[in-house]
Amino acid sequence: MAKQSTSLRTYALTRLGLALPMVLLLLTLVFILMRVAPGDPISAALGGRLPAEELARRRAAAGYDRSLVVQYFDYLGDVARGDFGQTISDNRSVTGLIVQNGAATLELTLVAMLIAVGVGTLVGLVSGRLRDTPADAAGRLFGIVIYAAPIFFLGFLAQLVFGKWLGLLPTSGRASPVVVFTMDSPTNLFIVDALIGGDMEALGDVLRHLVMPATTLGLVIGGVFIRLVRVNVLQTLQGDYVEAARARGVRERHVVFRHAFKNALVPVITVMGLQFALLLSGAILTEQTFNWPGLGSELVRYLDNRDYIAVQGIITFVALVVVVVSMLIDLINAWVDPRVRYA
Amino acid sequence: MGPEPALSLRGLRVWYGTIRGAVRAVDGVSLDIRAGETVGLVGESGCGKSTLGRGIMGLLPEGAVMDGEVWFGGRNLVGLPPKQLRRMRGPQMGLIFQEPMTRLDPLMRIEDHFTETVKTHEPGIDDHEIRRRSLEALGRMGIPPTRFRQYPHEFSGGMRQRIMIALVLVLQPSLVIADEPTTALDVIVEAQILAILADLKRNFDTALLLISHNLGIVAESCDRLAVMYAGKIVEEGPTVSVFAEPAHPYTRELLRSVISLKTTGLHYIPGAPPDLIDPPRGCRFHPRCPDAMRVCVRDPIEQRLDGRRVLCWLHGPASEIPEGGIDPLQRDRISIADEA
Amino acid sequence: MRTLRRPTHRAAPGAVGRRGAAGLGRLFGPVRDARGMAKWVLWIGLGITVLFIVLAVFAPLVAPYDFDQYRNAEGIRFGKQAPPSAAHLFGTNVLSTDVLSRVIFGSRTALTVVVIAVVFALAVGLPLGLISGYFGHKLDRVLVLVMDALFAFPYLLLAIVIAFLLSETIGRGVMSAAVAIAVVYIPQYFRVVRNHVISVREEPYVEAARALGARPRTIIVRYVLFNVIQTVPVIATLNAADAILTLAALGFLGYGIQPTDAAEWGYDIQRAIADAGSGIWWTGLWPGVAIVLLVTGLTLLGEGLNDVLNPVLRRRRIERVDLPSREARVLEPGGEA
Repeated sequence: MAKQSTSLRTYALTRLGLALPMVLLLLTLVFILMRVAPGDPISAALGGRLPAEELARRRAAAGYDRSLVVQYFDYLGDVARGDFGQTISDNRSVTGLIVQNGAATLELTLVAMLIAVGVGTLVGLVSGRLRDTPADAAGRLFGIVIYAAPIFFLGFLAQLVFGKWLGLLPTSGRASPVVVFTMDSPTNLFIVDALIGGDMEALGDVLRHLVMPATTLGLVIGGVFIRLVRVNVLQTLQGDYVEAARARGVRERHVVFRHAFKNALVPVITVMGLQFALLLSGAILTEQTFNWPGLGSELVRYLDNRDYIAVQGIITFVALVVVVVSMLIDLINAWVDPRVRYA
Repeated sequence: MGPEPALSLRGLRVWYGTIRGAVRAVDGVSLDIRAGETVGLVGESGCGKSTLGRGIMGLLPEGAVMDGEVWFGGRNLVGLPPKQLRRMRGPQMGLIFQEPMTRLDPLMRIEDHFTETVKTHEPGIDDHEIRRRSLEALGRMGIPPTRFRQYPHEFSGGMRQRIMIALVLVLQPSLVIADEPTTALDVIVEAQILAILADLKRNFDTALLLISHNLGIVAESCDRLAVMYAGKIVEEGPTVSVFAEPAHPYTRELLRSVISLKTTGLHYIPGAPPDLIDPPRGCRFHPRCPDAMRVCVRDPIEQRLDGRRVLCWLHGPASEIPEGGIDPLQRDRISIADEA
Repeated sequence: MRTLRRPTHRAAPGAVGRRGAAGLGRLFGPVRDARGMAKWVLWIGLGITVLFIVLAVFAPLVAPYDFDQYRNAEGIRFGKQAPPSAAHLFGTNVLSTDVLSRVIFGSRTALTVVVIAVVFALAVGLPLGLISGYFGHKLDRVLVLVMDALFAFPYLLLAIVIAFLLSETIGRGVMSAAVAIAVVYIPQYFRVVRNHVISVREEPYVEAARALGARPRTIIVRYVLFNVIQTVPVIATLNAADAILTLAALGFLGYGIQPTDAAEWGYDIQRAIADAGSGIWWTGLWPGVAIVLLVTGLTLLGEGLNDVLNPVLRRRRIERVDLPSREARVLEPGGEA
């Protein structure tokens, strides 16, 4: 039975419809997690430091004395409006904090993902093509060992070697204090800002600070891609259409690159989406290791201060981002692989 | 005699290495196919038919070794450098596969498949000409030009097989090997495919080797028929006479196993196909043969009888059979373990 | 004459009446037959894993000092951040404790927590996956949605929050760390088991059993479970490897084991980061190497098992074939070839 190609738009709408229950579920999960902690956010954060009536007053003002169900729907409403409230400990707008530190994390993770995909696909393709040769063994071992190395351990080594012993690269922060102070930062993405401002020196400084964290994170995630790409290459090279192409006398070079590799790389896009969550987890560790002022380090800080409003805001934001990214990946996948377009 | 055969196999052997020993998939096969002739190759699963087809094309997997002679286009393909062999695949010889669903690259349009095939062998050709030839080949298969730019998953199994055949034929090879081309398709599509193959013979004088386990389509489409068992050809001759008077007990049993409206009880050949790593001594069919004689434990000698070949002691040569050799062979009941 | 070797006997899937033996028995055949790289990978992984298990079990006997010991028997303090020496093969850290001892005791912590976590995740994920996959419908849909949501969420975030919340309620320790890690991995077990169950459910022999009137419980336990159990060793091993990394991450961030309770590698590396600036390398290197080694070992073991057991990726060993020359095959009068 011949199937006609569903348009990309139809697929996108269907996918959007599926995403909403997921969002709801995640938000509910966040709410439950944040309320399971003893007491409400205000008592938890300021419990020992304020007199009882003041505490009660603040609680009532913030609405924490109402039933949990009411608070739940309040929370959903707030999220829909994009209102994440104010932090308890330092009275910042949570939205502002997300934007500012989120940009830092974004910069780090984007570059890291580029490195991961680049290294991973390259090694994976070579490894798969040269199956069971020493090169393949080396590639696979590299992938396994690099993933086995905790990010903070690699960071430690990098700081030791490139920071202390070779003195080549800075070991903490996004940029030197001078640059942070003097550079105009409209988007908060330092690379972009430096380029916009035409400040090449600042750009160099920012890049030098980015190299170690991004490479550390990128290499570790790259290990996952190596494994995946290799397996895909092995399977496509054994594929029926590859044999059929050879039977038509197509050059081996074309068979490998045009048929096998191209098909092997299609799932990489999906995996990029799946690894996104992994990337965020890794980002938390990277930020702690290199003092990178991103969302991850802020999360840890606020968590230690028992500032549950900030924590809730950050986690909610992360949940939303995860759903959006996963949807985007699915759409790109449907665009690339025409078979995907029907559910 | 007649004109030179298009394809001539002499003593072809294809063996694979495994942990347990060498698998003798094709163990001394000789066969001729003339231009415009359709030769059927039948046998049970695992008798080596597909390996034979792939061996001729030079598409054997790693670890397989081949020797003997494959005469095609005036050259022996055995031992030919892979590059030369590759250049012949497409313009001179083609292979139609069994399972059409997975034989097309899912990321490439049909048009791209044709462009790739034609351009590989005729690099100078211009796009207009490629398109013309492709559409013509597809048209002969009943695929309309409007679907030229579609993707493989938009076609049914039968249509994909027709596209595959069009891809094989676009460069008009003189030899086509069809390896179970209709096994995965329903009967109606099967009839269409067979009609296409018959058309090949009539209009293009193509030499066609039709590999199948389906005696029905072989009876319908083939001029001559070769029966294969355990890596060897046990009988070969014009289809009509082989069907009317099978010379080899295996052929006879095979024909008896075919179900028709007249069938009242199922007929089957007891025992299981032999182990190709350590095949039976002598005639490979003798453990299962209802007419086995004592001489059958020795390798039979090929006999010719009016236009046919047969590999069976039942047909002599009498001079080679020792005293008492034609007495029935005493053997134990086939053990259950062999059936497993 | 060459004797024919009997091929390894393969039992029918989920053969009725054969209990766990069938499941494990199916492991050993392919393992013995493994050749080439798959064999190396498997045995090296096994070797490393066993080494760490031995270290963990016999830690008090193997380690030169206790994990929080900062002075010797005479009461003299160890050097602070002292480089490797005869008395302290891996040196000492900022609290004057012996790095080698902490590494050895760290393996005990790691394996204890991870084993508990994996068992717990299996205990929850396996049955849920079985039931969800077999019965399907509403229950399945709800569970899948929940598990997918959990799975999509960044695992470390989840682990941190749960570990933190648990430490506020039941206090920090091995149990809260193990539970936090287990929760992260339950969706994975659920998913794998469920998918496997769904594919097995459609197998003809299951259909036949249903047609014969077998109760769902019987089918699930005797057929489906025994088939699914085959995949568990590989998944659990690879999972354990991941869990070690998660534990170390929690320890690094400060949400893991209480430092006074046990030695933990991640925590030690966190302390060591400050040392990097002064060029002190031994406080961070050895715990890190331990993590890399153990995780690599477990991964190799898991991948090796997978390569050996998974028929799709298993490559049949290619042997050389020598075609005998044709003269030798000429028929002798005696009939011997």
